[in-house]
Amino acid sequence: MRTFLTVFFKELIDNLRDRRSLASALILGPIFGPVLFAFVISLSIERSLDNADEVMELPVVGQEYAPNLVRYLESRNIDIVAGPESAAAAGEAVKDGVFDVVLVISEDFGRQLADSVPAKVELYSDRANTQGRREARRARDALHAYSRELAALRLAARGVNPLVLRPIDVDQVDVSTPSGRSAILLGMMSYFFIFALLMGGMYLAIDTTAGERERGSLEPLLALPVTRDRLILGKIIATCLFMALSLMLSLISFFFALKFMPLQELGMTPNFGPKVVVAAFFLLAPFILLGASVMTLVASFTKSYKEAQTWLSVVLLAPTLPILIVSLLTLRPRLEFMFVPSLSQHLLLIDMVKNEPVNVLHVVISVTSTLLLGGLLTWLCARLYRREGLLG
Amino acid sequence: MIEVKGVHKSFGKVRAVRDVSFVAPDGKVTGLLGPNGAGKSTLLRILYTVLKPDAGCASIDGADVVTDALTARQRIGALPHGAGLYPHLTARENIAYYARLCGLHKSTVDDKVDDIVKLLEIDDFADRRTKGFSQGQRTKVALARALVHDPQNVILDEPSNGLDVMAMRSLRHLILKLKDAGRCILFSSHVMQEVAALCDDICIIAHGQVAIDGSVESIREQTGCDDLEDAFVAAIHRVESD
Repeated sequence: MRTFLTVFFKELIDNLRDRRSLASALILGPIFGPVLFAFVISLSIERSLDNADEVMELPVVGQEYAPNLVRYLESRNIDIVAGPESAAAAGEAVKDGVFDVVLVISEDFGRQLADSVPAKVELYSDRANTQGRREARRARDALHAYSRELAALRLAARGVNPLVLRPIDVDQVDVSTPSGRSAILLGMMSYFFIFALLMGGMYLAIDTTAGERERGSLEPLLALPVTRDRLILGKIIATCLFMALSLMLSLISFFFALKFMPLQELGMTPNFGPKVVVAAFFLLAPFILLGASVMTLVASFTKSYKEAQTWLSVVLLAPTLPILIVSLLTLRPRLEFMFVPSLSQHLLLIDMVKNEPVNVLHVVISVTSTLLLGGLLTWLCARLYRREGLLG
Repeated sequence: MIEVKGVHKSFGKVRAVRDVSFVAPDGKVTGLLGPNGAGKSTLLRILYTVLKPDAGCASIDGADVVTDALTARQRIGALPHGAGLYPHLTARENIAYYARLCGLHKSTVDDKVDDIVKLLEIDDFADRRTKGFSQGQRTKVALARALVHDPQNVILDEPSNGLDVMAMRSLRHLILKLKDAGRCILFSSHVMQEVAALCDDICIIAHGQVAIDGSVESIREQTGCDDLEDAFVAAIHRVESD
């Protein structure tokens, strides 16, 4: 026990003094990640929201040919401004990015309307431009609405009920809850936590194995009158501590980052209060031992610090794989999934964020299977530490 | 006392150590001399228990290095070749870490560290982090770390590597001091003069085999060479012609 504590505290102090690895463990993963996530999400929400109250500017060529249409558009909060001189110039202007959308009304517009033949207007936009796509959609919707209104008037004038043109009335009913909708968007956040958790221990895992060997401090350490099991255990538990710290920080910073995301505007209210933060910590905590032992194991096989870093970046990505597969196939949580680490944590976390009842059996399986696997790998690390080949 | 009997060790097809036997008694300095790649480090690694012999046995004060490795390690202070320190810890902390791992009692750790710091004259930089230490400073700290638990047997693998004249001198004094205290000192080197100046007994190794083993005088007699360097060359030729 004393040996274990001596190793544990030494690794703790050693890592705390290494500013570079400390920064990456406790700042980059846990704080930078959620902040970046919040920023990107907020930006994309803001850009994707259709704000009908907002005044939109629409350059129109040939406004003089359709005064009623122009008045109608203005009533829908669309400001009509002068466009390019000609229809040919309109296409160029949109291509060059001078305007996002340009509406071109032809000279014959009035006459075609009067003759009851389809009156032609052209809407220029660039579909590769998100902003332009949104504005084009709004302009198109307004034009369609105007067209429907005219059609209804024409039918009414001929004594036909305009409703004959609407044989089917589609009414979409969305049964998702605000918490449920947010799970779609926040589906990737479980990976953020797993990533931050692994980052928290990565440098320590490398330092205690490949780093120690590269520095030449492993050999004298192994010549000391202590069993190797205790050495490796002290190292792994020290790694776990930093991972737990990193996980805690990332959960807390995510909690605050959520407050700055305009999710309510999308009708989302993720269930991520202080209680869920604590529950999520204990749900993800079993993954710590597994992560620490996997990283230590992988780093033990490598010849140098650099090589260990390369391999561990693969380990950082590995937990995404099951999550990705299940998300792509849109599979519902099943009992078997709870045996897969990272996937089980992901699914349970999503349930919590959706504010759905969490299956206790699933939690038990997730926790025990992840812990067992972690224990097994820790044992493997200890076995590996007894090998002569460890010295490289 | 260190005893080695018929030790073999191979790495794949390379037979690094072949049937090596010798004894390094207490109160004497034994030099393990041999050209680069002769198997000196492998042999010493077996003695400080990080490698296991394929055949034969070795013991430290009677404790077998395989079956009773923990006892053997307790009796050894080892300075492996190119031993590294923890750069974020101070020299003193590096030494204290080993003292604690060797099982020294909490109350005595600080005193022991102070003693060894004084003995090796490293007070000047004892409280600095070891990052950026010179090779000489690093070797001294690594040596202090190996000796902090007062081991009866001291194994040094090429300790003079990278040391300047002054550092070499103080290392020599230290080795003689340990010898006078009745310790068993075994160190390896490929530098003839160094071994001649320090050792009571010399074991010359070439191609993983003992070429010749004995006191400085007996080696001169056996090879018929007055000059120790000539004796060294003669002994190595003898192995090669076998």
